[in-house]
Amino acid sequence: MNVLEIFLVFIIVAAGTGGELCISRAMKVVGEVHDFRPEALVRFVLRAIRVAWMWIGIAMMTLAFFSLLAMLSIENVSFVVPVTALSYAAGAFGAMMFLHERISRQRWLGVFIVCVGVTLVWLSRR
Amino acid sequence: MKDSPGLHLKTYTFVLFIVLFAPLGNVLLSKGMKGMGSAKDWAPGDLFHILFRIISSGYIWMGIACLLTFFVAYMLVLTWADYSYVQPASSFAYAVVATLGYFLLGEAVPPLRWIGIFVIGVGVFIVGHTHPRTTEKA
Repeated sequence: MNVLEIFLVFIIVAAGTGGELCISRAMKVVGEVHDFRPEALVRFVLRAIRVAWMWIGIAMMTLAFFSLLAMLSIENVSFVVPVTALSYAAGAFGAMMFLHERISRQRWLGVFIVCVGVTLVWLSRR
Repeated sequence: MKDSPGLHLKTYTFVLFIVLFAPLGNVLLSKGMKGMGSAKDWAPGDLFHILFRIISSGYIWMGIACLLTFFVAYMLVLTWADYSYVQPASSFAYAVVATLGYFLLGEAVPPLRWIGIFVIGVGVFIVGHTHPRTTEKA
């Protein structure tokens, strides 16, 4: 990987994970959805866009999206998308620290194994 | 929250939407971006022209539509399930994206990559047997 590719992967992982955490936090503020009728979903969206965390999350995910587009112009999608799963470690730590979720040992083990798989995918490029 | 079968069924249904639409969106974006040249060769002065070509591409818009569908499903599932559950569970999408890349885009997927994807699936299986919510309802 050259510097540009490493930079793009970093932005995809950091901004993507940060954006998802912000949106997750916004969703916890909005509350659980029980009514899936269209008018109820519109009210849900209107509630969601009043939460500042939602907009911060969208901005970060937009940055990650354009970085993903640039990366997809360089590498195959079957490589790029699995590599972005580096966000699992960042996501688990972020969920624990930022969202105060309790992450069980079993879930940590699963995340660890997912990361091993991602490493193998990364090595398959050589 | 009670560990009800309904909660698991609802969560699995939305995760299914996530693992189908996210890979399909990424494959369509990849198809669209393959016609833009490599980002390594993009000159700063060409960025506006490239951006115009990106937003003029039908594949890019179809990809965005799929990703928006994924995004809505993702937002909804996060209103009741933990982020640290949904994110690993949705990693089945990696197997789907490699399969779609192989069949739809003709990408070469080496054996080691398939093994890596299988290992990701094992991790997903373990994560999938944890409870979707670990925090108390607000």
